[in-house]
Amino acid sequence: MKADKGILVDHVSKAYGNVKALQDISLHIREGELFGLIGPDGAGKTTLFRILTTLLLADSGSASVCGLDVIRDYKRIRCRVGYMPGRFSLYQDLTVEENLKFFATVFNTTIEANYDLIRDIYCQIEPFKERKAGKLSGGMKQKLALCCALIHKPDVLFLDEPTTGVDPVSRVEFWNMLDGLKAQGITILVSTPYMDEASRSDRIALMRDGRCLTVNTPDGIRETYQRPLFAMRAKDMYKLLLDLRAFSQTYSCYSFGDAHHLTLNEKSITSGDGQIELQMLHKYLKEKGHEGVMMEKIAPTIEDCFMALQTEG
Amino acid sequence: MNVIETNQLTKRFGTFTAVDRISFEVGEGEIFGFLGANGAGKTTAMRMLCGLSVPTSGEAHVAGFDVYKEAEKIKSHIGYMSQKFSLYGDLKVWENIRLFGGIYGLSTRQLAVKTDELLELLDLKGERNTLVNALPLGWKQKLAFSVAVIHEPRIVFLDEPTGGVDPVTRRQFWELIYQAAERHITVFVTTHYMDEAEYCNRVSIMVDGCIKALDSPSGLKTTFQVTNMNDVFHMLARKAKRGE
Amino acid sequence: MKQLSSFVRKEFYHIFRDKRTMAILLVMPILEIILFGYAITTEIKSTPFAVLDETRNELTTKIVDRFDASEYFALYQVVNTRDEAEHLFRQGKIRMLIVFPPQFASSQDASVQLLADATDPNEATQITAYAKQLIAESGQWKVNAAVQQSGGIRPVVHLLYNPQMKGAYNFVPGVMGLILILICALMTSVGIVKEKEMGTMEVLLVSPIKPVFIILAKALPYLLLSLVNIATILLLSYFLLKVPIAGSLLLLVSISLLYALVSLCLGLLISTIADTQQAAMLISAMALMLPVILLSGMMFPIENMPWILQWLSHIVPAKWYIIAVKDVMIKGLGFTAVWREVAILFLMVVVLIALSVKRFKIRLE
Repeated sequence: MKADKGILVDHVSKAYGNVKALQDISLHIREGELFGLIGPDGAGKTTLFRILTTLLLADSGSASVCGLDVIRDYKRIRCRVGYMPGRFSLYQDLTVEENLKFFATVFNTTIEANYDLIRDIYCQIEPFKERKAGKLSGGMKQKLALCCALIHKPDVLFLDEPTTGVDPVSRVEFWNMLDGLKAQGITILVSTPYMDEASRSDRIALMRDGRCLTVNTPDGIRETYQRPLFAMRAKDMYKLLLDLRAFSQTYSCYSFGDAHHLTLNEKSITSGDGQIELQMLHKYLKEKGHEGVMMEKIAPTIEDCFMALQTEG
Repeated sequence: MNVIETNQLTKRFGTFTAVDRISFEVGEGEIFGFLGANGAGKTTAMRMLCGLSVPTSGEAHVAGFDVYKEAEKIKSHIGYMSQKFSLYGDLKVWENIRLFGGIYGLSTRQLAVKTDELLELLDLKGERNTLVNALPLGWKQKLAFSVAVIHEPRIVFLDEPTGGVDPVTRRQFWELIYQAAERHITVFVTTHYMDEAEYCNRVSIMVDGCIKALDSPSGLKTTFQVTNMNDVFHMLARKAKRGE
Repeated sequence: MKQLSSFVRKEFYHIFRDKRTMAILLVMPILEIILFGYAITTEIKSTPFAVLDETRNELTTKIVDRFDASEYFALYQVVNTRDEAEHLFRQGKIRMLIVFPPQFASSQDASVQLLADATDPNEATQITAYAKQLIAESGQWKVNAAVQQSGGIRPVVHLLYNPQMKGAYNFVPGVMGLILILICALMTSVGIVKEKEMGTMEVLLVSPIKPVFIILAKALPYLLLSLVNIATILLLSYFLLKVPIAGSLLLLVSISLLYALVSLCLGLLISTIADTQQAAMLISAMALMLPVILLSGMMFPIENMPWILQWLSHIVPAKWYIIAVKDVMIKGLGFTAVWREVAILFLMVVVLIALSVKRFKIRLE
C-alpha cells in the first residue's frame, strides 16, 4: 500500500460529561489537500484536532493520519505532523530565534535543514528575531508559530484557528502562505470560524455543535443552495430587513453587510429568473414606502449555505 | 449634543505613541464602527474613552463628562462589553442580570421588571437558572449585550463582541444593536468582521495610532473606489508600519 | 451601598461554587486547630532514659523507680558501660542518662549525673528541669545526715552534642528540609503546570520528544539550584551561626540530594493533579509546607504528639531527612547510623516516581 499522507476519520464521537463535542464524524482528507473545517465556537473543531494529533482519545470510532492509527501508532504520528494549536503556543519570554531553535531541536532537526520550506514566511519576521515572542503583534506571532510547526518538514499540518483574532489583512496573507505550502505537497487541515476563508480551501466541512453539516468543495456546496437568493438594498436598511421578513414569500432574510440576502420559498420558483417574484417584491416594498430599492439575483456564499444548513438542522 | 467629542487625543507610553492626536465626534443614537488592525491603537483609545486610562494630552468628552476630571462619572453612564469578558460564568443568568443591574444602580423593582423583559426578548426564559458557562457562546454574547444596556446608558462600548459566534447569532446580535440605536443609545463598536462595518452609520479606521479614514461606509467605498469595506480596509491597512 | 452588597454577594457565589477552594477554606482550619492543639506541646511525656548505676542500692533503685513512675520519663534500659549509653544516644533511643557514681550518697557527696541530649535545646531544658525537680523533692529520699546537710542529692547536668544549647543546631536542619522541599516540589510542579496552562505542552507532546525528557528538563534546573542552596545554607550556618559540621560533608550533601530528589518527585506528582499554577501552589503549600513545619520534628518534637500524628509523621519525608542531617551534622555520625533514613527516602523516591509515571498523561485528558 502506498504511503498515504491523508487523514481518515471514521465515525468519531466524543463527549465531555453532558456536552457532545463530536457526534459521529466521518471525513476523508486526501493527501496534499488543503482542507478547511469551518464552524463557529462549539462546533467541535478543536476536539477533532486533538483527537487527530493523538492528544485526546475518542469515545468511539477510529482515525488515522498518514496511514497510522491515532491510538496505536501515536508515537510515530507525533514525529511526522506539525501542530499549531489555538492561541499560538509560543514561549513568550524567548526570542523569535530562540523559539525556532528550540522547536527545531525538539524535532531533532536544525533551522538550516528545512529552511527552504519556511523561508518565505520567516523572512517577514526575521528582522525581529531578537524580539521576545510576547512582544510581537498577532500577525507576527502567527507567522512564527507556523514556522515552528513547519521546522521539521511535516507530512501533515494541523492548524487550529490560526486566523482567529487577527486582522483581515494578516488573515489574507496567512492563506497566501498556506497556498505556498500546499504546493510543496503538505496535507493541511485548517479550522476557522470565518466563512469567507472557506473558499480558499480545496474542500471544506461545515461543522456546528459537534455535527458535520456537509463536506464538499466550496463550489459544490454553493451549488446545493436550492432557493432563489437576492441581494436587496434600500435607503433604510433596518426597516427593509423587517419588512422583507414579513413578506409572504420569504424563506429567510439576513443582513450581509451592505445588502440583505433574501431567500424566497422554493415553491415560488416559476420562471428561471424569478421575474414574477421580483415584481411582487417591488410592489410590496413600494407600498411600504421604501426608497432607492435595488435588488439582484446573486449566487450564494458559503455563509448563506451555512446559515441555511444551520436553521434546517 | 455629541456623545463623544475628542480633540487631538493622545496617549504615549514612554517614547511609543500608541494613539496620535485623534479628533472625531460621535452623535447620539449613532452606530459608530471603530476599526483598525491589531496594534493600531484601538484598544488604547477605547480605554481612554471609557475612563479607564488617562490620556497623555488632548481633550475628550464622553456623555458630556471630561475624561480627565470626571472619569468616574463616565463609567457610571456607559455600558461596556468585550469578547474576552462579559458575564460571570459561574453565576446563573438571572444572577448576572441582577448583579450588573445592581451595579448600574437599578432599583429592586426595576430589576425584577427588566429581568423578565430581557429574558422574554432574548427567548431565554427557560434558561433563567442556567449557569452562564453552560450557554452557547452566541447566547452568552447576546445576554451580555442586553445586560450592558440594561440601564439605558447614553453610549455602549463593544470590543469585538461577535468573535467566534456563529453567523445566525451574529446577525441576531446586530439586530439587538439596531434596537438599542433606535432607543437613542449610541453604539461604539470594534470588530474584525468587515461585513459588520457596513451596518454602521459611520466608520473610522485607525492605522499606526492615527485615524486615517472616517466616513459612512458608502462614503469610504466611493473615496477608495472599491465595492466593499473589506477592500477599503485592505487599502489602508497595507500601508501600516505597525504590523510588527 | 447597594453596589457593595451586590458585589459581596457575587463574591460569595464565586467562593461557594468552587468546591475545591471551599474544601480548603473550611476543612483546613479544622485540621490546623487539631494539629496545633496536639502538636504544639511543650510538655514532655515518657522521655526515654537510661541508667548507669555503679552503686546499686536501695536508694538508687528508689530514685530510678521514681523517675520511671513519673509520666515524664520512662526507663528504656539499664546500661553497664558509658559506651552502651553513648550507643543508645546515637541511635536516638534515649534522651537522658542518669549516672550514679560508685558509693553514691555514702559520704557527703551525693551528686548524680544527668546527661541530656541537647540537640534540641528546648527539649533538653525541659527534660533537665523536670529531672532536677524530681530529684529535688527532698524528704522522700532517705539519706544520711551528712548528705542532708550538704544540701541533699545534687543533680549535675551535662549537655551532650550541643553544650551551648544553640537553637541553630536544631533549626538549621529543619530549615534545610523546608527550603529544599519548597524549591524542588513547589517550583517543579508550578513549572510543569505552567507549560500546560500556556498551551505549549500540547505542542511538545505532539513531537518526537519523549515525555520523560520534558519532565527531566523541568526537574534538572531545580535540582541544580537546590545544590546551590544547600551549599549556601551550609556555608552560612557554619560561618555565621557557628554550627559545626561534625560528620562527613560528602555524606551530608548526598543525603540532601536524595531528599531533593524526593521533593522533585513530589512536585511531579502534584503537577499531575493540578491544572493551574494557582492550584499547584496551593496544593504544594497545604500538602507540603504544613506537614513539614508541623510534623517533621523541626519545630515540635514528634515524640510528644498523639500516636496518630506520630504515625502520620512517618510519611513526611522531611522528618527522615532532618533526623539524618542532625545525626551527621551535629552528632557526627556516619552512614551506619543513618542507613535506615536513607533507605526510607530511597523507597519514597521509587514509590513517588512509580505513582507519577502512572498518572502522567501522554495525552491531554
